[in-house]
Amino acid sequence: MTAAAAEVESRPVAGESVATKILRVLGKAPVHFVLVLVGLLWLVPTLGLFLTSLFSATDVNSLGWWEIFSKPSLATFQNYQEIWHNQSIRSAFWTTVWISLGGTFLPIIIAALAGYAFAWLEFPGRDWLFVLVIALLVVPLQMALIPMFRLYSDLGIFDTVLSLVLFHTAFGLPFAIFLLRNFFIGIPKELLEAARIDGASEIRIFLRLILPLGLPAIASLAIFQFLWTWNDLLVALSLARDTQPLTVAIFSQLRQFGNNLELIAPASFVSLIVPLAVFFAFQRYFVQGLLAGSVK
Amino acid sequence: MSGASITAEPPVRGAPPASAGGRWRRYAVAAAFLGPAALFLIVWIIYPAIYTFVQSLYRGTGFSEFAGIDNYKTLFTSPNLVQAIKNNAIWVAVVPAAVTALGLIFAVLTERVRWSVAFKTVVFMPMAVSAFAAGVTWRIMYQQDPDQGAINAAIASAKGVFSPEGVLSQAAPSTDALKPTPGGGLDLAKPLSPGGVATLGLTRVPSAEVPPTAKQAVLPEPLQGGIDGVVWRDFKPGGGTPGKVEEGELGIPGVTVELRDAGGKTLSSTKTADDGTFKFPGLSQGQYQVDIGASTFAKPFGGVSWLSAQLITPSIIIAYIWIWAGFAMVVIAAGLAAIPRDVLEAARTDGATEWQVFRRVTVPLLAPVLSVVFITLLIQVLKVFDIVIAVAPQSVQDDANVIALAMWRTSFGGVSDFGLGSAIAVFLFILVIPVLLLNISRFRREV
Repeated sequence: MTAAAAEVESRPVAGESVATKILRVLGKAPVHFVLVLVGLLWLVPTLGLFLTSLFSATDVNSLGWWEIFSKPSLATFQNYQEIWHNQSIRSAFWTTVWISLGGTFLPIIIAALAGYAFAWLEFPGRDWLFVLVIALLVVPLQMALIPMFRLYSDLGIFDTVLSLVLFHTAFGLPFAIFLLRNFFIGIPKELLEAARIDGASEIRIFLRLILPLGLPAIASLAIFQFLWTWNDLLVALSLARDTQPLTVAIFSQLRQFGNNLELIAPASFVSLIVPLAVFFAFQRYFVQGLLAGSVK
Repeated sequence: MSGASITAEPPVRGAPPASAGGRWRRYAVAAAFLGPAALFLIVWIIYPAIYTFVQSLYRGTGFSEFAGIDNYKTLFTSPNLVQAIKNNAIWVAVVPAAVTALGLIFAVLTERVRWSVAFKTVVFMPMAVSAFAAGVTWRIMYQQDPDQGAINAAIASAKGVFSPEGVLSQAAPSTDALKPTPGGGLDLAKPLSPGGVATLGLTRVPSAEVPPTAKQAVLPEPLQGGIDGVVWRDFKPGGGTPGKVEEGELGIPGVTVELRDAGGKTLSSTKTADDGTFKFPGLSQGQYQVDIGASTFAKPFGGVSWLSAQLITPSIIIAYIWIWAGFAMVVIAAGLAAIPRDVLEAARTDGATEWQVFRRVTVPLLAPVLSVVFITLLIQVLKVFDIVIAVAPQSVQDDANVIALAMWRTSFGGVSDFGLGSAIAVFLFILVIPVLLLNISRFRREV
């Protein structure tokens, strides 16, 4: 991020008179104004969803969320209690948790192994295989929905958490391998050579050297995978029927939109607040991963 | 290009290339490391891709009825699917450019303030959230009733400043003395001179619309050198006599009364008091027209129907830009930070204006970053699905249709036409192939 650079630019110049300082601040007033406005614009929808979720079932389908500012007494957490006791929403929540955890850790383990091989092991056709992985990066997952629907049915694992985790794992792999390989290749060669001369096996080098050193990249990848799998709608909607994550559970309520906001709003907010919390907790890794993935 | 030229740096050789057995052992180790990934990529991506391609040449489900390119013909002729392709073309034309431009503007602006991190965090936030949940969020914003949808509420309150809602929704004249005007007001047929009293009786006023401050109507005394009068609800239980102000009939406050000259030009306008009276004092001799202004009956703002067939795609696109602007901003800001300051300083020292520096130095240096953002958005937009299905109500999903949504609806959303669904998926794949080639060539240049 450019925070540091921005600070250098706007730091007051030494020996600046009060008048020039005022002028400098005033000169930036339009910029501040625009940015505050844009910031508010970006906050309003999420805030609106949250406030909507605080209305009771009787008010939510007739009042606008801003009414809560003038009548704060209307706010209640009752809807959240209700959805917590709502069997289908609660099980959807846990389904989402399991899918996301599985869909995060499995691809990371597999991609770390492959990334290490692509970065530091020697075998014929290595670079062509890596190009293939990059090619797979853009294959739309729509290409796999129909065959997997049938294969899962044939194997009898249709409509299970496992089948969704496996699907997410496969489609998370190309990016994960790409990211980790590029990170691992930056690990100083001397470290690996030293370990190899000491007679360490590849698996030992991988576990004791590569994984600890690769932790920053693995962390950003973990966040990405978690968000992707948590936020998925399409895969679960196509490859499961009763194994519903939150997004699908909310989707099945959308038909009634306008009469069931007391359910849709809090459930959407729950489905939104978890990734948001992850984002805030690990913002640094998230942005790093983003930049590693797109700006090279 | 040979495979070897891809990596500039040969890998570390662990042991010296000794025996053939040692080499095979190393290959075996590599295979063990790659095995799980290979299994997943083959079973979940490569095999299905081939399967889908073959399926696209068959009708319906399975491989019993060969269809050749029929599914592809349907793809480009069925009105529903053509609409999806057209909509997706709009997405492609608008979104990557808009998001990149917005990201560039935000990135440049945030460079000038100290609280840039806070701003970036706020704008970037939607990226963490699912496009589906964001879509539901916007659907709440887009509700048509201004009492519920925030966007229409904002428009309504802005509108209220300029053209407030009238006090009455409807009313009819109680006698023939009042005639409806084309503009929606009610005109007193007979002109008046100063000293005249206008009796503007209304019936069919819904009881709920008579303002609570209304008092017993009063027929005012004639005004010296002016015109006065009363607007009242010319009705009481039992009926009463039309055209006469009687005990038990209420004045209607807040009605706009206009005074016009003989030529029809509006001279002045006023609002009635709680007892329904109004006056235009200080008039010179002559003939005047009195009428109840159309604004009395101005309809309240019913709200823009953002989710209608006409507006649905722009509405969804706005929500989508809201999600992705933060991504563009963060990536571009990182690129901006990497531009050497002295290059910009040199341009400034040479007398370039800020705009020239931006246009001639900053943007060209940012070009690679801008293209990365643009291409990323291009791929995302081609595959857009979640937000469309979240924002668009069932009834307008045909109008909001995009390729990925059409693929899902054809294959899983009720129809189960796997042949056609596969053809749509293959079409989607073909659309992203140029990006795939670009990615590979970029990778080759870099490594």
